Amino acid sequence: MPAISMKVNGQAVCGEVEGRTLLVEFLRDKLGLTGTHVGCDTSQCGACVVEVNGKAVKSCTALAISCADADVTTIEGLAQNGKLHPMQEAFREHHGLQCGFCTPGMIMAAVDIVKRKGKSLDEDTIRHELEGNICRCTGYHNIVAAVKAGAANM
Amino acid sequence: MSDTGTGIGARVKRKEDQRFITGKGNYTDDINLPKQTWAYFVRSPHAHATITSIDASAAKKMPGVVGIFTGDDVAEDKIGGLICGWMIHSKDGSPMKAGPHPILAVGKVRYVGDHVAVVVAETKDQAKAAAAAVQVDYDVLPHVVDVAHAMGHKAQIHDAAPDNRVFNWSIGDEAATDAAFKSAAHVTKIDLVNNRLIPNAMEPRAAIGSYDSGMDHYTLYTTSQNPHVARLVISAFHGLAPEHKLRVIAPDVGGGFGSKIFIYAEEVVCVWASKRIGGRPIKWTAERSESFLADAHGRDHVTHAEMATDANGKITGFKVHTKAAMGAYLSTFASCVPTYLYATLLSGQYAIPNIYAEVDAIYTNTAPVDAYRGAGRPEATYVVERIVETAARELKMDPAEFRRKNFVTQFPHQTPVIMCYDAGDYSAALDKALDIAEYKSFPERKAASAKKGKLRGIGFSAYIEACGIAPSAAIGSLGAGVGLWESAEVRVNPVGTVEVLTGSHSHGQGHETTFAQLVSDRLGIDINNVAIVHGDTDKVQFGMGTYGSRSGAVGMTAISKALDKIEAKAKRVAAAVMEASADDVEFKNGTFTVKGTDKKMAFGEVALSAYVAHKFNSAEIEPGLKESAFHDPSNFVFPAGVHIAEVEIDPDTGVTEVSSYTAVDDFGNVINPMIVEGQVHGGIVQGIGQALAEGCVYDAESGQLLTGSYMDYQMPRAANVPSFKLGFTCTPCPSNPLGMKGCGEAGAIASPAAIMNAVTNALDVKDVPMPATPHVIWKTLQPMKKAAE
Amino acid sequence: MENFNYHRPATTADAVKAMKSAGDGKFMSGGMTLIPTLKQGLASPSDIIDLSGIKNSGVSVGATVVIKGGTTHADVAGSADLKKAIPGLAALAGGIGDPHVRHRGTIGGSVANNDPAADYPSACLGLGATIHTSSRKIAADDFFTGMFSTALEDAEVLEAIEFPIPKVSGYAKFPNPASLYAMVGVFVAQLADGSVRVAVTGAGAGVFRVPEMEAVLAKNFSAAALNGIAVASKNLNVDMHASAEYRAHLITVMAKRAVEAAK
Repeated sequence: MPAISMKVNGQAVCGEVEGRTLLVEFLRDKLGLTGTHVGCDTSQCGACVVEVNGKAVKSCTALAISCADADVTTIEGLAQNGKLHPMQEAFREHHGLQCGFCTPGMIMAAVDIVKRKGKSLDEDTIRHELEGNICRCTGYHNIVAAVKAGAANM
Repeated sequence: MSDTGTGIGARVKRKEDQRFITGKGNYTDDINLPKQTWAYFVRSPHAHATITSIDASAAKKMPGVVGIFTGDDVAEDKIGGLICGWMIHSKDGSPMKAGPHPILAVGKVRYVGDHVAVVVAETKDQAKAAAAAVQVDYDVLPHVVDVAHAMGHKAQIHDAAPDNRVFNWSIGDEAATDAAFKSAAHVTKIDLVNNRLIPNAMEPRAAIGSYDSGMDHYTLYTTSQNPHVARLVISAFHGLAPEHKLRVIAPDVGGGFGSKIFIYAEEVVCVWASKRIGGRPIKWTAERSESFLADAHGRDHVTHAEMATDANGKITGFKVHTKAAMGAYLSTFASCVPTYLYATLLSGQYAIPNIYAEVDAIYTNTAPVDAYRGAGRPEATYVVERIVETAARELKMDPAEFRRKNFVTQFPHQTPVIMCYDAGDYSAALDKALDIAEYKSFPERKAASAKKGKLRGIGFSAYIEACGIAPSAAIGSLGAGVGLWESAEVRVNPVGTVEVLTGSHSHGQGHETTFAQLVSDRLGIDINNVAIVHGDTDKVQFGMGTYGSRSGAVGMTAISKALDKIEAKAKRVAAAVMEASADDVEFKNGTFTVKGTDKKMAFGEVALSAYVAHKFNSAEIEPGLKESAFHDPSNFVFPAGVHIAEVEIDPDTGVTEVSSYTAVDDFGNVINPMIVEGQVHGGIVQGIGQALAEGCVYDAESGQLLTGSYMDYQMPRAANVPSFKLGFTCTPCPSNPLGMKGCGEAGAIASPAAIMNAVTNALDVKDVPMPATPHVIWKTLQPMKKAAE
Repeated sequence: MENFNYHRPATTADAVKAMKSAGDGKFMSGGMTLIPTLKQGLASPSDIIDLSGIKNSGVSVGATVVIKGGTTHADVAGSADLKKAIPGLAALAGGIGDPHVRHRGTIGGSVANNDPAADYPSACLGLGATIHTSSRKIAADDFFTGMFSTALEDAEVLEAIEFPIPKVSGYAKFPNPASLYAMVGVFVAQLADGSVRVAVTGAGAGVFRVPEMEAVLAKNFSAAALNGIAVASKNLNVDMHASAEYRAHLITVMAKRAVEAAK
């Protein structure tokens, strides 16, 4: 099995993978970073969204080996020095989560939206930009409110 | 109710969120045990077939394979089949016809995805590869997937039910209802299909079973809404091990919506087979495609309904006949869903003197059908609110005023279908909803839409539901195999912090916060000094779990009762320490005082005194401060409300946009409005999903599931729905001390009818089938366009 | 999914070499379609030759627009030069899949895969693009040969796509409500010489042009010109999401919207 190394949440990591090992499997099974979830097998639910080289991607649809040497940020790496990221804070403040399963992917996607679209987001933009993330609990109402508020605080 | 602080009525931010927003949740698939193996299930590719042989010899030689097991192995160990826990009797008195449901198929498969064999291997990939190498030969049999045509179909699914009918059940007075129809001024008729749904909690089901030979003890981690019920069933019916030899843990669970109530084959297989492989843990996590195939589905009713009205527009009679799909096997609570959770709500919010309903429950070659958010009550609301709306249109009455004219106004109100509504004010909710939805100015908005070439419609849904499930004696008399009380234990630590052990299970509902609010409020202690413990049969003695919007009304009432006992005991301790009579001790805001003196003790001091036990006679007062309670409700609770949907349809494409959605609900007293609103939002979107997007489709010819992934099954996304306008009214529930009703299912119960009444209003047609996808709307419009040309 | 040998060549020549020596190799660019296909067991190649190691990304605008094969949808959508030169193409790229897919999926991967519900093939055909490969140039009219099939040879790498700059162009998509793939997507372009191309994706076995619409739009480039012009439903896709008749209807509606959006 080839060994790969990458930077995950600021830490250099390495591990053996097969060609077929998905990035999400590497994160969860090899690194124990179980905050990134798998909610589907057709690349649609977005529970697995992480940041690779600064951009949100679906880690269930990327080979770990293709991400060798990449800089990866997962939900576990969002808070800095024990201080929550403003988007994490906003999800709590606005009750933007219920069961919590889609939440890591939602938050990572939301941070990415702000990077691309700026801190001042209207409801239509947020709803449209969340097309790659599915939530079954919240009806999105409070997620939209959380993203809007979190963006403003970033 | 206060809106600040951490007590009852406050919008307290959730305590559980810290772990979820930082990726530290602990879901079953996040757990890995030492020496763990992986299971992969061999599933039926056929809707209905006889298994002629299973040859696992080649698969057994594949790399990493630890064991392969079939129904024969299960039978050898005398492990029982899956059960349905509610006995329904047909109207002729005969018991329901339940076929066997082995945890691995024996002789026959009955739906695509049926569990045939399990492969256990060192890794998930190895298990999956070997599963593909298990050779199963089938003789394909005729199949039927459509409930409308399944009764008497040549595909005979179970020997026990030769015509595929499980039961023919009825409720109400048929003769009196027929008489009401005879004297009716007007009769409204409608045929409705309540489309089959796939629950799709975002966390796929998962299980880890392990066996400790040293202790002769099993442990099962599973994605369950009710771990104690799972333990009870696996012990008592599957016969795996007595309850003290089986621990079931349901850690963080990523949504349930009913689908994780049931005891499923996969979890029983994992925990059973662990012993077979020498005690190594066996883990299984469903792929989403397996969730589609093998989670219990919801709804799937075909209904004909007729409503009689008199010359004054008063409803005088209501008749309903429903064919309800059960799928290929009876799932854990399948039989009560289209009967006691459905037809008992057919009176809606209306004073209807005569109701008669008949339900045929029918096997089909599909995944089992069981409770899904609302469970029977969305189906009932759909029938009632669609026919009421239709009747109003036929009678040329305003749909709001037709409803108001027929509302129940006196409480308690005994319906002709068992339920006794205890409290409510339906007109108040209607008024508030009309106001928020700006009903009066709807014609202006309709005209504005028309100018843009769009069709605008408005629709009502005045729902009622019965939840807070359920009074044990009542449901026992109706066939339930269990009681539906709840338990709680309150443990006060010597420093005054509190642990509450509850039999409820939180999988998104926020119990760690709302339950702590109750404790904080009652004991006057910091909410951060309260921990809620749930989901582990080794920690919590017993409980019935979370479903049927029961955790507030039943689960919290149990906690409240335990808190009563804590307070009483603490008063005795405080009295002893302060050398006063217990009758003179008062407790308020976390402080014990002695009437008429300046003596006082903080709650923490009393807790410490209870454990130090120096200052009272322990022959009279036992040391310690720990109390438990079981609460069995005396009635269901009856949340009700009025939802109003407004839609705008693009006739060029058939796309329906939900322009606005108003929900006014009466949940009685509310512990945490923030959480309650969240429950309503989520429920509404599940209902919008049912109305406009989601429809499970099996191919009639092949029996295959066509909507087997998110590529074909449309989950509502953020862009498909608007933000919602919510309002609340409050008539406290008289049957529990907190005055609470349930809020978990209301949105999903009310919204399909509101949306479809709006869609049919926009198109000016009697019915459009759900889901009213763009294609369906476009098809509906074609003959109308042609007629107009 | 089954395991495979993984290669990540640094040059196109090495990629071609790796493919030639593979038993049953597959090129992978962003992997947005290939990886789900592998996960579902619909393909199990012996070798995956990952093209992402080749630095082959970028949009350059001159007399024509050349987009290198490894350019992600996000980079195509975000190119300021492209937004000016061919706004319809930039808009199309910005509507593919979802933001996360657009960060990894590439134009080369999408065009080479020729999914009948993919967006890019309609732009290639609708603009009369030229496909540059490791060994030749192929006109879009000759490139798309059917469902998931193209004129590419087994060991031929799609290196870039060259688009002529039209007067105006527009794209309108009716997404499959579940998958968000195109159920019907129509790309319309009025080229520099005044001729018009209309290319439809999602509705048939592969992308196709609509000569009747092209003819009327060449005379009068307006949505109204398309009134009463419909594609025959005979050869269109039928599935649970849409009948052939509905797809035919949507082609006209989307063509009109593409014309209205064209700039």
